[in-house]
Amino acid sequence: MLREKYERVPSGCAVSGIMDRSGRRFSGNDIIQSIALMRERSNGLGGGFAAYGIYPEYKDHYAFHMFYDDEQARETSERFLNEHFNIAEAGPIPNTKVSSINNEPIIWRYFALPKEEKLTSSGLSSDEFVAQCVINLNKRIDGAFVVSSGKNMGAFKGVGYPEDIGEFYQLYNYEGYMWTAHGRFPTNTPGWWGGAHPFTLLDLSVVHNGELSSYGANRHYLNEFGYECTMQTDTEVVAYLLDLFVRRQGMPLETACKIMAPPMWDEIERMPDGNKAFYTALRAVYGKAMMNGPFSIIVAFNNVMLALNDRIKLRPLVAAEKGDVLYVSSEESAIVEICANPDRIWAPRAGEPVIGVLEGVKV
Amino acid sequence: MKVIDANAMHYQQLNALLKQAAASGEDDIRVLNVRGQRYIGDGMRGNLTITVEGIPGNDMAAFMDGPMIVVKGNTQDAVGNTMNAGKVVINGHAGDTIGYAMRGGTIFVRDDVGYRVGIHMKEYEDKIPAIVVGGKAGDFFGEYMAGGILILLGIGLQADESVVGNYCGTGMHGGVIYIRGEVDKYRLGKEADMQSIDDKDQKVLRMYIEQFAEYFDYDAEDILNGTFTKLVPFGKRPYGKLYS
Repeated sequence: MLREKYERVPSGCAVSGIMDRSGRRFSGNDIIQSIALMRERSNGLGGGFAAYGIYPEYKDHYAFHMFYDDEQARETSERFLNEHFNIAEAGPIPNTKVSSINNEPIIWRYFALPKEEKLTSSGLSSDEFVAQCVINLNKRIDGAFVVSSGKNMGAFKGVGYPEDIGEFYQLYNYEGYMWTAHGRFPTNTPGWWGGAHPFTLLDLSVVHNGELSSYGANRHYLNEFGYECTMQTDTEVVAYLLDLFVRRQGMPLETACKIMAPPMWDEIERMPDGNKAFYTALRAVYGKAMMNGPFSIIVAFNNVMLALNDRIKLRPLVAAEKGDVLYVSSEESAIVEICANPDRIWAPRAGEPVIGVLEGVKV
Repeated sequence: MKVIDANAMHYQQLNALLKQAAASGEDDIRVLNVRGQRYIGDGMRGNLTITVEGIPGNDMAAFMDGPMIVVKGNTQDAVGNTMNAGKVVINGHAGDTIGYAMRGGTIFVRDDVGYRVGIHMKEYEDKIPAIVVGGKAGDFFGEYMAGGILILLGIGLQADESVVGNYCGTGMHGGVIYIRGEVDKYRLGKEADMQSIDDKDQKVLRMYIEQFAEYFDYDAEDILNGTFTKLVPFGKRPYGKLYS
């Protein structure tokens, strides 16, 4: 992908998320309208969406969304995919010409299942097999980039304002029960198609406002578990940390949040004995996974939407509920824009996760 | 009275219309259907009232120098950023960094406020800014405060809630914070000294709380009957010798 020239500018990304916890599916119009209201928080160098529940006809297949620089990258990648997967359907992701969206890569989509013999010989679970294939594709094939790789979900992103990216991908034609969005204002890293948010691995996606000053420590910690950080951005560590703790190690989501945004030492000091021992151990064991610096993030998995702030609230986050629908956003107005009278609207405290779970699912 | 429908209007256009109306002598402007438009009333001068219906965007009343803004709803972050004079009345809750570096005027918030409210407020001679909050506040209330008055009332507080968050008055080196109700010592920054209130404090509290009660239809005496905690800085220049 083209690494774009950039200038350092004051930051102010926008994030937004909507989840219908009853599983009812709705079009991409609401999330586009919500993120578009915060246009001033972006600068046109990145916008993107993650959508869940959009591929019911292929819900058991892994949906690969791919960017290619050229036909050669596509051919090399497809050789790799065909070697490891049975592909049920492949083709370009539909898009519309939008005047402000230029230099787009070749954008393809594959619905695929790992080949039985490859799975058996690798000895891996199918999720782990796919995760390793994704890391290999990103690392080894020049000009190829895996945008998303989960089941019944997809990420749609690029260089542009988010509302234009939404139109480019025709998101009004999709229906999902959970949507997240990001408007980018790149500060420390270039604006390029792969560098737009969300960042994903399998069905996990992250949109992020802020920056992680702990990136070096987090990256080093993840390297020890086989994760390669290749995207020139701090945000991908959030995806890998949650993948490691929740998917691979089966840790409760709330505990993972307390590792990433732990209580301060003086707060731990005031806790009753049991909690004090627990949080002291958590900080001691997982110190390198703690995320420092300003952030508000929205993470989505197939059944869960999570919003989390840094420990001293250096980035904004607002949440609201209306019946089964949970909203989270950088600004209250971006929620009220699509839900005029929420039952409840509140500002989550620093480090306090907001978690929405699909009805009937245990986390 | 001038009415502006801000529905789907860009903030630049809305603010241009506001300034045009003010320049043509309008002193009562009503803005309808506000959703997220930033910088409302910024840098505006004179004796006029702007009534906002909806949710204004960030930095409302920044650098404002005289007017009154009444918001019929909640506000977001950085209301009254570096405000110089005038009044803001918010009929709902407000976000983070309200009154950031404020140097004059008054902000009244009916409900809760977010983090870092009153950060780096300052005063000079008779220019003494004040923020009165009806509900509770998040962490870093009055952070790096250099002057002015913060009043936190804790109305409607639940039994398990604290009126103020942690690190209250951290880096404070001027001004005064009044908090209605008990505040645990551990919530204070190390620069904030807890003191009991005297007659002069009572007078200041009465003046602001009577206005607060009038705007939001409370009984001022009920509020004034509570016990207040006063926070002032231990020293005026806590870091004066840091580099000496």
